[in-house]
Amino acid sequence: MKREIPLIITFIAGTVFVVAYFVPHSPFNRAESLFNDWFAILAAFAIWLGALNLLKICALKVSRRSKDWYLGFVIIVGFFVTVAVGAYDGVVGLSNVPATAFRDPGTNFDWIYRNVYTPLSATMFAMLAFFVASASYRAFRARNFQATLLLLAGFLVMLGRVPVGDLITGFLPPAYQMSQWATWIMDFPQTAGQRAIMIGIALGIISTSLRVILGIERSRLEGE
Amino acid sequence: MLTNQDHSFSKSHPCHIIVIILSFVFSGFGASAQAEDTATVATYSSDISPAVDLPPITLLAVDTDNDNGGSITISWDDAGYSELPQFRGYEILRRSIQANAPVLVGTAPHGSSSLVDKSVSDDTTYVYYVAATVGEERFVSDSSSHVQSTWQIYNTTLTPLLIALIIVGGSVIFFIETAKRGRKLFLRKIAGLEAVNEAVGRATEMGRPILFVAGIADIDDVQTIAGLTILGRLGRTIAEYDTKITMPTRTSLVMTAGRETLREAYMAAGRPDAYSDDMVFYVSDEQFGFAAAVDGILVRDKPAACFYLGTFHAESLIMAETGNLIGAIQIAGTAQPAQLPFFVAACDYTLIGEELFAASAYLSEEPRQLGSLKGQDVGKAVAMMLILAGVLIMTLASMWELDTMNQLQQLMRDLFSLN
Repeated sequence: MKREIPLIITFIAGTVFVVAYFVPHSPFNRAESLFNDWFAILAAFAIWLGALNLLKICALKVSRRSKDWYLGFVIIVGFFVTVAVGAYDGVVGLSNVPATAFRDPGTNFDWIYRNVYTPLSATMFAMLAFFVASASYRAFRARNFQATLLLLAGFLVMLGRVPVGDLITGFLPPAYQMSQWATWIMDFPQTAGQRAIMIGIALGIISTSLRVILGIERSRLEGE
Repeated sequence: MLTNQDHSFSKSHPCHIIVIILSFVFSGFGASAQAEDTATVATYSSDISPAVDLPPITLLAVDTDNDNGGSITISWDDAGYSELPQFRGYEILRRSIQANAPVLVGTAPHGSSSLVDKSVSDDTTYVYYVAATVGEERFVSDSSSHVQSTWQIYNTTLTPLLIALIIVGGSVIFFIETAKRGRKLFLRKIAGLEAVNEAVGRATEMGRPILFVAGIADIDDVQTIAGLTILGRLGRTIAEYDTKITMPTRTSLVMTAGRETLREAYMAAGRPDAYSDDMVFYVSDEQFGFAAAVDGILVRDKPAACFYLGTFHAESLIMAETGNLIGAIQIAGTAQPAQLPFFVAACDYTLIGEELFAASAYLSEEPRQLGSLKGQDVGKAVAMMLILAGVLIMTLASMWELDTMNQLQQLMRDLFSLN
């Protein structure tokens, strides 16, 4: 039964979602909405599960003085300081007239958000620029015919996206200048390739969904 | 052509007539009794002035199509009131046929010509009025026809999609049954999946862990499900090789599902004692917080093999390039077309789109699962034929201005437009 019950639940939930997409009324839309609500409730409770798991792993690392234990210590301190500051701002905000929330501009929590969280996130995102440069260097090496085509297409698109591209090809009629080449590459070969991938993805999703709904794909239950 | 362009039904071809008949049948034969209301502006409001120098606003109120009821769509042609200098907007008024006075159900700004009223009851018949507010005066339309909202059994705009689903789903089931009867099915080799054992073997030989990232989406994303089904197959190999796996997750539900999947894989491999919950752990719901944690693991633990299988966004290259820098063998797969070039550039093998969804079936080598992949191929063949037909029709329609070609072209557009 431990194997059958998950399969039955998957079949019912999957079928309801498929039917509700085509049949816009009760009972399917209600069932769909109900399942979505259950998912939201589960996800909300699971946040605690995740947070407690993170703290447990970090606490074990610190107590055992495992490798890089100090990183776990930073996470624990960061977690509790942020929660404490948010809770303090929330309680103090209740006595303000009008009442303020812990996330409002000007609170201590907001200070942490603007001066710690945002710069750290921006730093990670900014690293992308350097990684794009190193990855492009490897991708655009003309090792074979396909890589050379990629290099050529990339070169034309990049040049066509900046004013100097049209300047170089200024002697040609406007319809044949570099920006038009770039537009043509993006509108036709690129779009065609992307749509081919999208069609494959759509078919793959249908096939995978059918395998899961019909219980053919059951790798998650194979230990039983 | 298979485009996402929005084209309304042409009233000239037979498909439209069929849809109209079906819509009528499905709407329960009682969608809207179209009797003209005899109420005039003067009977329900004394402060509404009649239009003097412009014709009245004409309006149409109909039951909203393909919905769950409780909705009426009102559209109007304002006859030039919106061009007046002091025009302020439209007011949409509704009166049930049992009531005397109308109520305001919504306002609409300059330039709008329709409004969906979702505050109606299916068992009541209404009439509508649209008032153009100009300065302090309101110019009110005649009443609309009687209208009543109803629900429809089936969303007729999705018929082409339903047909496609039946063809592909039917093919998948047919080939699953064919495979079950023992017929040998040919499958092309997928390099990325052939390299899975090599990657696990390499990690074992080097005594380093394997990193598995199931994307950054939650468990309700089909790419995450695909990633986890691959984890199930991969987990068994890892358990057999007695290698260590590390799986940081971005959401708690994926952590729970990942643990369950790995536990089952270790049990299936006969190594339940080697499994530990600590292999799969939650890190952060924040996209770049998660990316930073994965990068930290890559740099500190130096895994010998990295798997990125699921939904990825901007963090894809941050992770994959770091993995490349530490010299790990990397296998990635996603159905996010915008991230595929990054994975192709930074990883050794990339599962492109559908290959991600085929991976679990491919690795399982079970006839029933392999049969489902052949079913997908039928869908691809149908798509290819339709694309070729579309290209041919569009080309011929552009070369010769024949009515038949234009009608065929419109039919193709209608078939592949969901709106």
